[in-house]
Amino acid sequence: MSRILLIWRKFLNVVMLTLTGVAAFGVVAVLFLILGYLVWNGGKSLNFDFFTQLPKPVGETGGGMANAIVGSLKLLFLAALMGLPVGLMAGVYLAEFGGKTFSYVIRYTTDLLNGVPSIVIGIFAYSLAVLPFKHFSAVAGGVALGIMVIPITVRSTEEFLRAVPGSLREGAMALGASKWRTIATVVLPAAKGGIITGVLLALARVAGETAPLLFTAFSNRFWSPGWGQPIASLPVMIYTYAIAPYDDWHRQAWAAGLILLALVLVANIGTRFVLSRGGGGRSA
Amino acid sequence: MGATTHGNNATAARRAPQIVMTEKPPTASEKEAQVRFEISDLNFFYGPKQAVFGLNLKIPKNRVTALIGPSGCGKSTFLRTLNRMNETIRNTRVVGEILLDGQDISQMDVVGLRRRVGMVFQRPNPFPKSIFENVAYGLRINGYQGRLDDLVEHSLRRAALWDEAKDSLHKSAFALSGGQQQRLCIARALAVDPEVLLLDEPCSALDPVTTAKIEELMFHLKDSCTMAIVTHNMQQAARASDFTAFMLDGRLIEHTETSKLFTTPTDPRTEAYITGRFG
Repeated sequence: MSRILLIWRKFLNVVMLTLTGVAAFGVVAVLFLILGYLVWNGGKSLNFDFFTQLPKPVGETGGGMANAIVGSLKLLFLAALMGLPVGLMAGVYLAEFGGKTFSYVIRYTTDLLNGVPSIVIGIFAYSLAVLPFKHFSAVAGGVALGIMVIPITVRSTEEFLRAVPGSLREGAMALGASKWRTIATVVLPAAKGGIITGVLLALARVAGETAPLLFTAFSNRFWSPGWGQPIASLPVMIYTYAIAPYDDWHRQAWAAGLILLALVLVANIGTRFVLSRGGGGRSA
Repeated sequence: MGATTHGNNATAARRAPQIVMTEKPPTASEKEAQVRFEISDLNFFYGPKQAVFGLNLKIPKNRVTALIGPSGCGKSTFLRTLNRMNETIRNTRVVGEILLDGQDISQMDVVGLRRRVGMVFQRPNPFPKSIFENVAYGLRINGYQGRLDDLVEHSLRRAALWDEAKDSLHKSAFALSGGQQQRLCIARALAVDPEVLLLDEPCSALDPVTTAKIEELMFHLKDSCTMAIVTHNMQQAARASDFTAFMLDGRLIEHTETSKLFTTPTDPRTEAYITGRFG
């Protein structure tokens, strides 16, 4: 009887191990499939022109997405300008000052905001920054992305500040530093690496957003001077090019996808590298 | 800077202990030492929980006062009331009076108080900055405008760390060993020239050799500083202090000259503790 039980247990063990292992492998496989597919399809149509030229008129082949690359960078800059100050300061508040109830409310709201579908945020930004001015603009896109940056920044900033040992705060305060001084001169520098990572990951995350840009920044087949005009961005270009009926456009959509992914990956790996080199400030 | 301002009024008091220091154990002249901290009827609460009960204690100037007692007896809590560090903990309350040189500390500006009453913690807590910047930190936040180099060197010398650290002043403080880090924290506290140094189990994370170094350091600092040290190590209290206070369950049981407390304790609980029957 016990022998049978033992065999059954061993059998169950093997089955479960296999199932979980296959699932874990599946996770990795999906990422590498996407990566491989992108590199394969995008790499073929990636060339120098892609980075330097404007899109060609419909019907002509060739051309590039220089305006979309610059546009994406401009949008990210605006998003950072609008979202980061709020996100960083709210994160500092939560980690260093917040009481119980109020902090709980903020934290909960932040998580809700993080869960709001990006298209809804797009509509909000549309009514806020497009309707009153009666035209699409880079600023409106920046507003939409900026709102999305806030919750991610808040939570990562809070987390990294909390990871700074309390003994450092006590050390500074015991020397007569006021609370804000302690935060500015000891706590924030100690958490610097982590906070920067959080910021970059937040920006990388919104860099790929399409939906909120469709009716805020819209798109543009030409350079968009200043901040008040509709502006091209990589994700929206991918969308437009991928659903178009031209093979040449499809190839370029793949290339744009590859660039976007490379951007996100570089941000990700770069920050990890910085962190592992003691950028977190606390490792020996 | 501060060395001169405090130096004048402290010279007279400074001379007296130097004579005493040469002939240990301390004599009756110890009692004549000026009082730096006078604590009367101090009660401390963490929320509804009381941690210190009706404590009365005088901490004499230019002496080392040791606080001993079993874990959780409130000695660290008491120590932290002396520079109002407990205010950083939410929901705490102090009832009673603490006078520093006759001035009520609850009426004082907390920044000024902490500049006068420095603190060294249980675990070395250097800032993630260079050795130099660690020592200079207190000077910078106090708006010191003069040359930092000399003061940093002076502080590192006082903390007996200069010879080991002088070639790596601009390297990270984390490159130092644990004992060096603790001496760096002492140097950091000394840089603003405090009148009192509170030490909260400063050696509990250190090995015996480093501990001896820090005790020697304390001995030399007595010239210019009043010290209060919380320790779990009774040998340390016996070696390094002039006065010892024994606390139990938030109450002060006995406070007298160290030599007396360890040889002829008057309270049976003190005797039980120092002979190792509990704690």
